[in-house]
This record gives sequence, structure tokens and C-alpha cells, in this order.
Amino acid sequence: MKLPTPPLPKAFRPSPPRPGRDRDGANGKNGPATKPTTKEQAVEGAASAIGWLDERSGVSPWLRWLLYRKVPKGTNWFYTLGSATLFAFLSQAVTGVFLAMYYEPDATRAYESAARISNDVFLGEFVRGMHKWGATVMIILIFLHMGRTFFFGAYKYPRELNWVIGVVLLVLTLAMGLTGYLLPFDQRSFWATVVAVNINASGPIVGPYLADFLRAGAEFGPTTISRFYALHMLAIPGLIVALIFAHLYLVTKLGTTAPPWLKAEKKDLLTEEV
Amino acid sequence: MADPPKFDKKSRYTEGRGIAGAFEGETVTRRRLMEGGVQVAGAVAVAAFALPGLGFALGPLFEKTYPETWQNVGPEDDFNEDTYVPRVINIAPDIGDSGKTTIYVRRYNPRRDKKVEGQDPEPYVAISTRCAHLGCPVRYIQASQKFVCPCHGGIYGFEGQVEGGPPVRPLDRFYARVTSGAVEIGDRFSLNSELKRFAPRDPSNHLDGLWQYLYPSRPTT
Repeated sequence: MKLPTPPLPKAFRPSPPRPGRDRDGANGKNGPATKPTTKEQAVEGAASAIGWLDERSGVSPWLRWLLYRKVPKGTNWFYTLGSATLFAFLSQAVTGVFLAMYYEPDATRAYESAARISNDVFLGEFVRGMHKWGATVMIILIFLHMGRTFFFGAYKYPRELNWVIGVVLLVLTLAMGLTGYLLPFDQRSFWATVVAVNINASGPIVGPYLADFLRAGAEFGPTTISRFYALHMLAIPGLIVALIFAHLYLVTKLGTTAPPWLKAEKKDLLTEEV
Repeated sequence: MADPPKFDKKSRYTEGRGIAGAFEGETVTRRRLMEGGVQVAGAVAVAAFALPGLGFALGPLFEKTYPETWQNVGPEDDFNEDTYVPRVINIAPDIGDSGKTTIYVRRYNPRRDKKVEGQDPEPYVAISTRCAHLGCPVRYIQASQKFVCPCHGGIYGFEGQVEGGPPVRPLDRFYARVTSGAVEIGDRFSLNSELKRFAPRDPSNHLDGLWQYLYPSRPTT
């Protein structure tokens, strides 16, 4: 007597025989089926996982559009400065997240918490150093990238909009430098921020209001540092990420330019016919 | 053969414009009304969090952050007419040392201090150490009777008037009064080059001539 099959979930049910094998697992009549190696199984598994994602998201044409695009002849190392800047930004974002785990944005505790990161926290000196020096590296890279774009004439039609976005990104990066400079809260950062806010105050009509907005009042007060912290780690990075996406979209859509020393190849299409 | 129905594209009524399914007397299509309604609802929803957020961030511009206080800086005997005595006062609460600032105090000197018309002199001159250029802390040098700024080389005379460097107006002062023999320091005020009083301004804000109108005072003062 055959017992009824229990209602097993699909994953536990015995799989149907592979092609080329009969139900007992022995070689079928179509010749011996070779057992797939572990490597083949791994490749098959990865491919099916990617296939599962792609079938549901349709992302592969987009990725191909983004990654496998044509680049002009003469593309050289100068063209990597944008990617380098992006990498510097990512490094800042990651180290910044970890610094935020120990840092306290409070005027009476900021200095001590920053000092604790450097002196006590495991690898804290390294992570803080990465963030501090990475900020300088990012500014240098962004200017080199801008210089490359300028001297190669890559800002010209139809890429003007990307130049404008890039300039906004430069200004936002400088704003990151300004707001981040206060956070260690030592004498240098305090007085540098006092001077920087007062430079903002020197603008006619709007200056005084801008300075009050930055300080959260008429004097450097209890919420100034938390205000700078919020701008530094939430508001400005959010804008930067959004604009980086716009920047990269335009780079992909418009393509890169050939270096200016490369002359266009003269193809005389008319005479070729003859 | 019947004439095709005539439609007026500029008609006030959707029916008159020949839109399918139009009701009689209808002037806006249902689709257009729904679109507008959704846009308005979205705008209201965004404004509901964006406007309070904006007010939250901009609030400190329009409110007086600290209550008016008078701080005791010592008995009258501590001060004289000819030299400044440094004192430390609190200008922002709850932030420890960074809320404190040094001021220089001396008694009003009728022989040296310039009189300004329509303005009673303060019994004590309490000079702020906040440089009128960009806010660095100035230091008083008794030998030369000058205030010197370490950052960009601003130099001020005995009364705090600009004698050199980039500052745009004299050093700020604080209101002072005497209560039962003790000198008390009140709020900050700014001065123009004629030592006329103004509501407190940020460093770098000019206060002479037409310049003063380019740097408005705070709504709270």
C-alpha cells in the first residue's frame, strides 16, 4: 500500500531527475551525464541569483549603459580624477559614520569626545586621521578634476550643465570643510569659525541674517555646534549625493571628450565610395 | 448629410469644447479637477513639514536668545580712569568656557573721553575684546595704550577707536551701571566712528554714513 505524500513545501520535495538520467539517478540512455563540478554549481547559482534580480528589476540594460560605454581615443590618467574625488567622498562618508558613533556635538563635551576618539578608541586615531586628511585630499582632487575639465575644454557644449553641477558640488564640498572645521572644538577651530561666520556677516543686507542663522543667535551659543554638526553630517552630504548622481548621469549620457591635442580623424566619406 | 457637430475650442463649457462624457454646464473636466486637487494636497502636505522645519531653523534670528542680565564685575574701587582692568563675563549660558568673554573696564574719564551729543556717557567704559574686523579677541597693551588684534593686525586707540588695520568701526562696548558700590555690566552695544551708540552688530558691519543701512540690526533689538 502506498502512503499519501505529506504536503511538503516545495523546497523539501524530491527534485525531478536531471535530463539524461532516469528516475533512479543512473545514467540514462542518452549517454552518461557528467556530474557538475563545484565551480560549475557556484557559477550556475550566482547566474541564477543575478538572473532572478534582473528578471524582476530590468536593471541590466541600465548597467550596461552605465558601464560599457565608448570612450574616445587618447583617454588617459587625467580622466580618473573624477572617480578619485568620488572615492574620496565615499571614504569621508564611511569614516564620518564611524566618527559619529563616538562624537558628541555639545560645546562642553565636543573636545573631550574628539580627544577620546584619538587617544582611547581602538583605531580611532586612524579613522579620525583618515577623515581629517581625506577632507584635504578631496579638496585637492576636486580642484585637479576641475582643472582637467577646464584645460581639456570639457566644459563646452553640450556639457555646460555638468560644469554648473560640478561647481555647486565644489561649493558644497567647501561648505563641508567649513562646518567640519568647528567640530574638534579646539581653540583653532573655535576662532576659525568665529572669523568665518563674521565673514558671512560682512555681506550687505543678508549678511547679518546669514550669520545669525549659522550661529543660531547673536553670539556663539549652546546650539551652534549641533547646528554645524547637523549641516555637516546630514544636510550637505544629502545634497552632495543627489548632485553626484546628476553629475554621473550627465557624464554617462554625454560621454567624455577626447583630449584637445587629438585632432579629429579626417574620413573623406565621399571619396571612399569611389 | 448632417453637418458634423460644431465645437468651439474656446468655449467655457467642456461640452461646448466637444470633450467626451462632458456634463451639461461643466467648465472643468474631472481629470483636470483631480490633477489640481492632487497637486494642492501634495503642496499642503509638503508645506505641513517644510514650513515648520524652516521656522525651526530660522527661529533664532527673530527671538532674543538670552534674557537681559546685569553681571557684577567687582567694587568701584577696582577701577580707575587711566587704565583698563580685564574682567571675564558670560555672554552665552550652558557652554562652559566658550560662553565667556574678556572685557576691559575703566572709569569714565571726562578729560579724555569724547562726548557725543544727545547721549549720556556711561559711568564706566566696558570695552568688548571682540575685534570689529572679524571677531578675534583683541588685547590691551598698557605701554602704548592701544588694543591690538592678533589675527589681521587691527589697532584701536584708548577709547576703542580704529587707528589702523582692517576694522570698520570702533570696538563694541557694554552698558554699565553702579549698584550699591558694585560695577555691573549689561548688554552689548556697537558704536560708529563718532562713538554714537547703535544696536549691537556683527563684526565687519560698517556703521558710518549710508553704510549703516546696508547692515540692519536684529529684529529683536
